[in-house]
Amino acid sequence: MIEIKDLHKSYKMGSNSLHVLKGINFSVEDGELVAIMGSSGSGKSTLLNILGMLDVLDEGSYTLDGVPIKDLNETKAAQYRNKFLGFVFQSFNLINYKSAMENVALPLYYQKVGRKERQEKALKYLEQVGLREWADHLPSELSGGQKQRVAIARAMAAEPKVLLADEPTGALDSTTSYEVMDLIQKINDAGNTILIVTHEPDIADMCKRIVHLKDGVIVEDKKITQVRASQYV
Amino acid sequence: MRFLFDSNTWQEIFGSIGKNRTRTIITVIGVLWGILIYIVLSGAAKGLDNGFEKQFQNVAMNSMFTWAQSTSMPYKGFKTGRQLQLKLNDGVLLKNRIPEIQYIAPRNVKGIFGGSPAQTIRNGKSGNYAVYGDYPISTKIATKKIYDGGRFINDEDIEGARKVCVIGERTQKELFESEENPIGGYIRIDNVFFQVVGVHKYTPGGGFESDSDIYIPFTTFKKLYNTGENVGWFAIAAYDDADVVQVEENVKAVLKSIHNVNPKDERAIGSFNLGEIFNRIVGFAKGLTFMSLVVGIATILAGVIGIGNILLISVKERTKELGVRRALGATPKEVRSLIILESVFLTMLAGIMGIILGAGVLSLINKLTKGMDFPYSNPTVPIPYVLGALAIMVILGTLIGLIPAQRAVSIKPIDALREE
Repeated sequence: MIEIKDLHKSYKMGSNSLHVLKGINFSVEDGELVAIMGSSGSGKSTLLNILGMLDVLDEGSYTLDGVPIKDLNETKAAQYRNKFLGFVFQSFNLINYKSAMENVALPLYYQKVGRKERQEKALKYLEQVGLREWADHLPSELSGGQKQRVAIARAMAAEPKVLLADEPTGALDSTTSYEVMDLIQKINDAGNTILIVTHEPDIADMCKRIVHLKDGVIVEDKKITQVRASQYV
Repeated sequence: MRFLFDSNTWQEIFGSIGKNRTRTIITVIGVLWGILIYIVLSGAAKGLDNGFEKQFQNVAMNSMFTWAQSTSMPYKGFKTGRQLQLKLNDGVLLKNRIPEIQYIAPRNVKGIFGGSPAQTIRNGKSGNYAVYGDYPISTKIATKKIYDGGRFINDEDIEGARKVCVIGERTQKELFESEENPIGGYIRIDNVFFQVVGVHKYTPGGGFESDSDIYIPFTTFKKLYNTGENVGWFAIAAYDDADVVQVEENVKAVLKSIHNVNPKDERAIGSFNLGEIFNRIVGFAKGLTFMSLVVGIATILAGVIGIGNILLISVKERTKELGVRRALGATPKEVRSLIILESVFLTMLAGIMGIILGAGVLSLINKLTKGMDFPYSNPTVPIPYVLGALAIMVILGTLIGLIPAQRAVSIKPIDALREE
């Protein structure tokens, strides 16, 4: 699904440049649930941004579902993001003046899906995350866990190839975190490919594979036995 | 273009506008105020223009008056200080020599510039009134409104030097009982009986005429006061397309040559040019219209810049939202269009509201000034001006929207998302 070869990325900071990713080789199969771990500054977020086409790579190659991702202009990148990727953010990033349903329907709007179909799909995905009754509520009326579940529903609504989650539990307490992880595991069980950036070991343990990043290189890449989150809920 | 007519686009715009109410209202007020001022100012200028026109409607705009004075320069053996006297034949010569003259009316008066007002008696009631000797053509230059049942002096009156007169409203009031019909009645003017043929309605607005004036045929005046061929002054109306200032100069030049006056003598012939006065007033009204246009457009501009400013702030506020939208697949073009359309829509909304409100204010002013002695009537703004203002607003709204739109697009989604 994801194929990364010899990926380099550096940022210019004034006169000197900061080499963040120093040759990453990494691939993800269909249906995997991967945790990308590392301390802050290890380059894990940068990697996720490049995977999410929010940032461009300097060197190396990136292939997503057989499509080489290179020389993207903003328009093309936006279209690929819309078609291939779903995003879940640490701070939820729901649009505060749109109801839960409208938030979930937003990526479908950019896919040019009609209004009626958009609403139906949005309700279906809200149902999947158990928030159907909250469809008409604004984000400000939802708890943190609920917001993140709405965000996950939104990421899923576009039916992406890969779900990218950047510290999805970073702003949640542990009980809520496990609820969210339970949801992510269920989505993964349904066959979706998911990448999670986290620095919490217990969250990483709930994935099927852990990739450790340190100073811009992968120091460890291992498959693990998944800890089911449902046992904590 | 399809994007513009897509109901989804508008749902997004209505959503974003409707959910940021304070911002929307403040933005709208800025432009609304601008267009309101524009509409009210230009409508008021137009109303003033109409008002002036109404005041002058009973006088031909391009009319002038000329009279004789005394010379101030010696010429052809004549010494200075010679008193000039206009003659009836002068009028014929003027009409023949100056093709721009449409109407020329010789007039005489007793009781204003010289001589005592005529002693007028009827049934023991009496009064002193100015008496004018007039030709029917006078009414072509300064309209006389005659009350129902009456008439002005006609050609037969002139030919027969009939003893008929047109009296003023006040004359009627002072000489006749209120229930009496003055038409056909007789009054004695300087010991001669005249039959009243009409009562004229007095219209204020210029000149020395009053509501008590009595008009009699020129020929009758001549006999009554023994004025011979003398003319007090000429009232002249030029054709609509003629330059009345030029006509005035020509008239004076002709009169000078007839009366052997030094062409350089500025004082020998007096004149008064209504056209010039009128042009000055029209110029004032035009200046007012122009000023209102400038002020209005400047205010609209300020309002639109306000919109741009507020949208810029709003883009800053919504950086994260726009980042999310782009992460979810909004192309830069879609984001840009969203902001520009918001700008245009807000401008239009404000503009239309301002126009409606402005029309309301104008009609209110119209109502308040109605019946007042104030040159103001029917304040309107021409439709092209309104449409022009709207077009300007759409264009400015788009241009000003480009700035925040470009700002919105220039922020990378990743930076937008990182911003906490």
